[in-house]
Amino acid sequence: MVEFNLPANSKVHKGKSFPAKDAKNAKTFKIYRWTPDDGANPRTDSYEIDLDKCGPMVLDALIKIKNEVDTTLTFRRSCREGICGSCAMNIDGTNTLACLKPIADVKGDVNINPLPHMPVIKDLVPDLSQAYAQYRSVEPWLQSETPPPPDGERLQSKEERALLDGMWECILCFCCTTSCPSYWWNGDRYLGPATLMAAYRWIADSRDERTGERLDALEDPFKLYRCHTIMNCTQTCPKGLNPAKAIGEIKSKLAERQG
Amino acid sequence: MSKSPTQTIMRSGLGRARGLGSAKTGAAHWFAERATGLALVPLTLWFIYSVLSLLGAPRAAVVAWGGHTVNATLLLALVLIMFHHMSMGLQVVMEDYIHSEKRRLVSVLLMKAVVGLFGLAATLAIIKLALVG
Repeated sequence: MVEFNLPANSKVHKGKSFPAKDAKNAKTFKIYRWTPDDGANPRTDSYEIDLDKCGPMVLDALIKIKNEVDTTLTFRRSCREGICGSCAMNIDGTNTLACLKPIADVKGDVNINPLPHMPVIKDLVPDLSQAYAQYRSVEPWLQSETPPPPDGERLQSKEERALLDGMWECILCFCCTTSCPSYWWNGDRYLGPATLMAAYRWIADSRDERTGERLDALEDPFKLYRCHTIMNCTQTCPKGLNPAKAIGEIKSKLAERQG
Repeated sequence: MSKSPTQTIMRSGLGRARGLGSAKTGAAHWFAERATGLALVPLTLWFIYSVLSLLGAPRAAVVAWGGHTVNATLLLALVLIMFHHMSMGLQVVMEDYIHSEKRRLVSVLLMKAVVGLFGLAATLAIIKLALVG
């Protein structure tokens, strides 16, 4: 059954506080902490940061905390401009990228947690290997029997290419997938919005010749039809994409081929 | 002393993600849910309108209304489509929330039996009203 309570060893306790000295413009960051090394429960540590001495984004604050306050804080980050997807986390109750989220957008304390309902490796680092494996399972690459022209690339009209807009921009941060209640309850079988949009990206690609097989592989009560258009995916996407629409397109294609 | 961690699943991530493969069903169920839902909109409105216009009417008037072929047909359509829609919807809810394979199978079968019997009883009542009065 669905679990509405966390197991005893996952309950989040109150943690340490790190006040800022002589800060005029202080903001508190409440951050989820857990390490596999000490056998303790997760806790929420509070860090006060002087915003006058900090960059504008939540990621700037995290880096400042790691550099100057608490070096044990663990999180992923790389490009700091919203293209790598590493710093996906739950900020102020919404999954987003820390590098694209302005601190000023958060009223009151800034609550930061790892992406929901994924195993935690440490602090803000979730284990996404199962989501990556699901992405791999939809074979997200061009599959075509017709060989490409010997003298050049496979051609696509402007209209055909336009069908991929709003999907190729996905950076696979899995903010959408981990925001989806259907994925929380049935993530072992439901593929989740990020993977389904990636699947549709190839169904919609004029150069791909395995559209039917791709649809076959998705027509399943659990892999696809756990989506109940809850729309959390679209609402949370830090790139402003619409995975729910892509999933809707898959469903219409499946209905369409039934005649 | 903490217990040393044990690994009970060593199957690869891809193997688990592919699982038992696609059931290759679901589209018909999804379409039927929507089609029945759509059909229920006018039928329900018609039913509410009819019940309201029969408010306070004597029994004989209600029997006369139910004995009319058009009314009896629409009532049957409403009840059959509604119970079919209900059974499909509840099945999806159960698939969402009941994770043990065995418990899900038993619950879905039980739910279909109950919904089916209520549907049959409602159908019988309409036929009785139409034919016997």
